Amino acid sequence: MTDPTAAPGGRANSAPIMGREHEPTVFEFSSPGRKAFSFRTTGVPEWTAEELVPAGHLRPEPVDLAEVSERDLVAHVTRLTHRQYSVDLGAYPLGSCTMKYNPKLCDDAAALPGLATVHPATPAEHAQGWLELLWSLSDTLCRITGMHAATLQPPAGAAGELTGLLLMRAWHAAQGRERTKVIIPDSAHGTNPASVTLGGYQTVTVPSDARGLVDLDALRSRLDEDVAGIMLTNPNTLGLFEEDISEIAAAVHQVGGLLYYDGANLNAILGVTRPGDMGFDIVHMNLHKTFAVPHGGGGPGAGPVAVSERLAPYLPGPRPVRLDDGTFAWDTPERSIGRVHTWHGNALALARAWSYILANGGDGLRRVAEGAVLNANWLRHRLRGTYDIPYDRPNMHEFVAGTTTLKKEKGLRALDVGKRLLEEGFHAPTVYFPLIVDEALMIEPTETESPETLAALADALIAIAADPPGESAHAPRTTPVGRVDEGLAARKLLPTWDAVAAAEASTPS
Amino acid sequence: MGHFVPHTDADLERMLSDIGLSSLDDLFAAVPAALRLAGGLDMADGLSEPDVLAEMDRLGSLNRWGSDLVCFAGAGAYDHEVPSATKRLTLRSEFVTAYTPYQPEVAQGVLQALFEYQTLISRLSGLAVANASLYDGASAAVEGVNLATAAKSRPTVWVSGGVHPHWRAVLRTFAAGTGHRLVEVPLRDGVTDWAAAPAGQAEPPAALLVATPNYLGALEDLAAARAVADAHGALVIAGFDPVSSGLLHPPGELGADVVVGEGQPFGTPLSFGGPYLGLFACRLEQVRRLPGRLVGRTVDTAGRPAYVTTLRAREQDIRREKASSNVCTNQTLIAVACMIQLSWLGTAGLREMALRCARGTRYARDALTAIPGVSLVADAPTLREFALRLPVPAETVVERMADEGFLAGVPVGLEDGIVTDHGPHLLVAVTERRTRAEIDSYVSCLEKVIR
Repeated sequence: MTDPTAAPGGRANSAPIMGREHEPTVFEFSSPGRKAFSFRTTGVPEWTAEELVPAGHLRPEPVDLAEVSERDLVAHVTRLTHRQYSVDLGAYPLGSCTMKYNPKLCDDAAALPGLATVHPATPAEHAQGWLELLWSLSDTLCRITGMHAATLQPPAGAAGELTGLLLMRAWHAAQGRERTKVIIPDSAHGTNPASVTLGGYQTVTVPSDARGLVDLDALRSRLDEDVAGIMLTNPNTLGLFEEDISEIAAAVHQVGGLLYYDGANLNAILGVTRPGDMGFDIVHMNLHKTFAVPHGGGGPGAGPVAVSERLAPYLPGPRPVRLDDGTFAWDTPERSIGRVHTWHGNALALARAWSYILANGGDGLRRVAEGAVLNANWLRHRLRGTYDIPYDRPNMHEFVAGTTTLKKEKGLRALDVGKRLLEEGFHAPTVYFPLIVDEALMIEPTETESPETLAALADALIAIAADPPGESAHAPRTTPVGRVDEGLAARKLLPTWDAVAAAEASTPS
Repeated sequence: MGHFVPHTDADLERMLSDIGLSSLDDLFAAVPAALRLAGGLDMADGLSEPDVLAEMDRLGSLNRWGSDLVCFAGAGAYDHEVPSATKRLTLRSEFVTAYTPYQPEVAQGVLQALFEYQTLISRLSGLAVANASLYDGASAAVEGVNLATAAKSRPTVWVSGGVHPHWRAVLRTFAAGTGHRLVEVPLRDGVTDWAAAPAGQAEPPAALLVATPNYLGALEDLAAARAVADAHGALVIAGFDPVSSGLLHPPGELGADVVVGEGQPFGTPLSFGGPYLGLFACRLEQVRRLPGRLVGRTVDTAGRPAYVTTLRAREQDIRREKASSNVCTNQTLIAVACMIQLSWLGTAGLREMALRCARGTRYARDALTAIPGVSLVADAPTLREFALRLPVPAETVVERMADEGFLAGVPVGLEDGIVTDHGPHLLVAVTERRTRAEIDSYVSCLEKVIR
């Protein structure tokens, strides 16, 4: 394993400090009668449950939860955090996921009580700060993407996709036409086809060509009057810019279709080019990727959708608008498809993104794109010759490597590389995606990693490729647990502690 | 400004030269010149950290909250206590800055926290399996409808008119894509009148969706819904209030097949509506249709207990257009907060919290309905919320009460037995945080402003 003292600078490497002891569940150290809770003194009359709840509804016994002291709970949860890798511990080159550093100032911004403790039904007059924030964010996202208007309601990228597809459906319906198909490239994220189905459309796949870009002839052969639109990620999931995007847009528009921009990779083009200029009609953004909202172990994110002028009347509402007197109000567009969230979207995630955008500004966002693209290209150059680079041309913020050759030579699979990298103190890249690359390692270093960290990551990947055959099959050995039996988890489903306890009780010891 | 990109000028120069480029612009050679943005983004330059925080503070100061606007509003978003332990632990950066646990060997912390969360939601709901969270209550209801229509191969769902009007709005929005038919069933005396459902229709429903307590705060009869569902071979999807479950029978034990809910009350501040937490639980026989992620317990190569996301073949990244749902990013961090909060409350604390809400609600309701001209919209049993009929439109009352320092509640209407998010009545919620003094003051102010 690499020597953690070898490189100066911001080397992000974590394995030695992760906890290896098994941590029991909170239910296992529950002790009847132990308490952590305390409530304020209210002076409200202390009626009994029987006096307040009709007999038919009242449960005879309280629901059984854990009974622990606050101290033991804090220790338990803290020990769990020691068994968790995170961006704050080290580099996380997970392709397409944009695991960049999440500035701490955004944590503080979102925790301000003036933002965090406001009820969502507070009349607009008394929530002017929130409406101004949401309006400003919406306006700025439109400037960044080159679009006309936006909704901030979708709480995640997939929710944004479905919102966009429903906008597409509403727009076509308003033109008096019913369309059945949506085209997506074979390199698309899985959420794209899943959203297409929920949007009531059929997925038509268009292949990539030898360049790794949308095959323009194949696309033209699929375009007809049944096509509602196309969903594209640009740069695509291979990290390549779709150079023919203007031709693609013209061809799709020619048959009356719309172009949907999946913003998963928007971070690569900030301040460089805009989806609106490329001809896109609908854009979703992953604020938890591009604008540094932390991923929270899987969420929450935020997936605003911006549209061109002709689609603006269909946006979900209510939306914040600025009135002539400079105050802000809610407004629902006249032909709105309706709500896509109970309230106003993941508001505190939106506030985090706004603080990140304020800190970076237009100049800083351009530097974000430059840093991301530079880091990814530099790393590709370093790995070239060690790993397969199936599309070995200048990439944007990420690139896809492969282990086809290493697998033939010594049995090294993409999965094994990922597991070995965990031992080296880095998170694994995205493996086996996109589906069109054999033994794919999709690598996105992000702009916040220093050259020293990149060099250490490259060294680790090169060292793994030089492992003796079979070495990697045992990895990871330094992590909180070793390779996990996923097959057993599916065959013998244990989704709760109660299921575990029941299974243990029925197994003679 | 870009102070989060670490590269020095020397770094940039060296790295560019390593890859055979001479300028940063060269990095974008693949972008056709005609598409390049001339002159940069049309927005301000970056600010320093203190300047950003000052601006965020300015925005916050334009809102009203806390003791300046004491909260009697609910409508699915409740002003509950968030203790320091939950606040501090939820901000642990190992949780905050991790990705989805795709590499379980280095994600046992998040996976185990989710496993404990799933156990707690299973116990509250009375169903065997809960997923690792959805976006909010509305999205959980949408996924419940998607599960039921797929399980029954029927497109129609009967939706109680007492379900949160915003949940019903979201259901309608997404039904435009799925083609599901939503038939709204009116309330009578504050609870769903299933006899008013269009039972004679040719096509039986895949499910009944009912919330208890409903939007007016009234407790519904789940056994009655179960009986109606059985008569049509339909499932029951119950929207539940996880706080009230401290006192009420779990919906799963009363016959619900799918339980959905809003988990915000456990550890998440009001947050202007998000991020909140979609609770979703179902019976084991529906687990292969479960939307979103599911954590299961297993072992590692050494036989040690370990956790991993499981039954992955349901999910979009594997099943693509045939997936049970398109959900990828969920609300994991909020689920972790919920797990911490429910463990902090414990068995006695959850019951105590529910009881304190019910006490405050009873106290406020009795005092308010003693005011001449003020009465209940429905005289059904309630726990934490109730709707008032007032001599003055609710919107006016909310406006005037704000001058007195109260967020008086949320306007609500009832049109042909279907609740709406606007109207003449006032929906009032009382949580365990409201003191007798606050309630007394609220009552006397309301008496004054409706005069």
